[in-house]
Amino acid sequence: MTALLELEDVEARYGPVHVLHGITLTVEEGSIVAVLGPNGAGKTTTLRAVSGTVRRSGRIAFAGRPIDRLGPDAVARLGVAHVPEGRGTFSELTVWENLRLGAYARRGSIDPALERVLSYFPWLSHRRRQDAGTLSGGEQQMLALARAFVSRPRLLLLDEPSLGLAPVLVAELFRIVRELNEREGLTVLVVEQNAHLALQAAHAAYVLEAGRIALSGTSAELQADDAVRRSYLGY
Amino acid sequence: MAAVESSPGPSLRNRGAALGGISPVVVLLVAASAGLLVGCLRSETFAQLTVQGLALGSVYGSLALALVLVYRATGVINFAQGELAMATTYIAWQLIQWGLSYWEAFFATLGIAFVLGTVLEVVLIRPVLHRSAIAAVIVTVGLFILIDGVVDWIWGSDLKYLPSPFGPRIYHVGGVSIARLYPGIFVVLVVSMLLVWTLFRFTKLGLGMRAAALRPAAAALVGVRVDRMLAIGWGLAAVLGAVAGLMAEPSQFFLQPTLMQPILVYAFAAAVLGGLESPAGAVVGGLVIGVSLNLLVQYVPAITTNLQTPFAFAVLIVVLLLKPSGLFGRREVRRV
Repeated sequence: MTALLELEDVEARYGPVHVLHGITLTVEEGSIVAVLGPNGAGKTTTLRAVSGTVRRSGRIAFAGRPIDRLGPDAVARLGVAHVPEGRGTFSELTVWENLRLGAYARRGSIDPALERVLSYFPWLSHRRRQDAGTLSGGEQQMLALARAFVSRPRLLLLDEPSLGLAPVLVAELFRIVRELNEREGLTVLVVEQNAHLALQAAHAAYVLEAGRIALSGTSAELQADDAVRRSYLGY
Repeated sequence: MAAVESSPGPSLRNRGAALGGISPVVVLLVAASAGLLVGCLRSETFAQLTVQGLALGSVYGSLALALVLVYRATGVINFAQGELAMATTYIAWQLIQWGLSYWEAFFATLGIAFVLGTVLEVVLIRPVLHRSAIAAVIVTVGLFILIDGVVDWIWGSDLKYLPSPFGPRIYHVGGVSIARLYPGIFVVLVVSMLLVWTLFRFTKLGLGMRAAALRPAAAALVGVRVDRMLAIGWGLAAVLGAVAGLMAEPSQFFLQPTLMQPILVYAFAAAVLGGLESPAGAVVGGLVIGVSLNLLVQYVPAITTNLQTPFAFAVLIVVLLLKPSGLFGRREVRRV
């Protein structure tokens, strides 16, 4: 396997507040990697550093190409789809317009990509004329995922997908993420509060604490780790 | 964490409710149109004033459309929109002086207006827009004064004359004489509105512009070049303003540096009446203002021609007090 995304000594700040103090992590092509950790550890900021929505320094390479100086729109056009916390769907636009926006960075016909996405989210086609704001929270999260997938990304950045969703929906969401990973070869970097769930879905994980990597390993290793179990899994 | 784009959450609003909100307005407009029709059939003067009012209203609507476009794209009210329109009308006049035919000059001017609008956005608005919308609004006020000065400096303040795009022909319908110009202006307005609507509704560019205006951060994440969208929005608004200026000059106003100033007031009233975010609202608002002002001056002795502009202001204030979302506004204003 080759590394699709590499972060080396990445720092980020919001104004005077330092959030990341040198993050180094690797995401292998075709894998699902989880970023775990308590609130304020810098999980979301790590994703934002990759997609360029926060000021960052250090080295970030995507498919071997440095992206640490690119803005968010340029990173997106390289094939990185970022589903931000709070979903980033356009509630004032229709479901269909949201999906079309997902394919914004693509050239040529988007119909095959749309059809493919509808095979994973068939209910979306009945709702295509509806404003996205009228969907339930779970539906909006699915729409955000679908929209990200329409762009046929090489890397999906998924921020707290379980936030505010019923457990049934969360399970369904992670099932689809797994399916996209297995069938379509989609690489995923997911930030998740629910460590239990994330470790089940992911191949590998990094644990962040106060802007630094505290631990890393395969999901199996971390699940067996006593410190992780006590702090994050609760057993 | 700062500046994280947050979703407003599941909203209760849906298409049905939006339509339900509009329908009383539609009923009102249909009733008003019926009233106008009856009036037109009973009195030639009334009909004459109505037709003229529709043409003037179309001019207000065109400029209101430009205001709405900039507001939707950047969340900024462009106080210089009228002056920009005036400047481009001078450019058209100059091109005609240099020997271009009217329609050659017309389309060349639209192209120049587009470039001018985008350049102004990039050079003057973009550097301050990320600070606050208010800063950008203040820049547009400065731009107003700047354009005024530059035009005066280049072309002087004496009156200029621009030929009518639709010729001097006058139709006589019953006892009413309708200059061909009037329906011409009206058609230009309707075509402009349809083009804007088609752009926003059906094209990828329009979708990107709407996304960039609604949620810039989220739009960037799907690969929309937000800065470029905003610049294009300003360019298109300048084009619509140029249309307004070119239609204004032959209809009632003389080409001078103050050409668009009264029109800007009416266009503001029209845009606010229409809800500030709705292209259709801007057009309907323009027509309502145009027709009602023309009729009021004739039939309400207290309102003289001098009071037309204050009356437009009164409309603006009343709408802002009673129904800030205007006739077609779908939601309350989320940002300032």
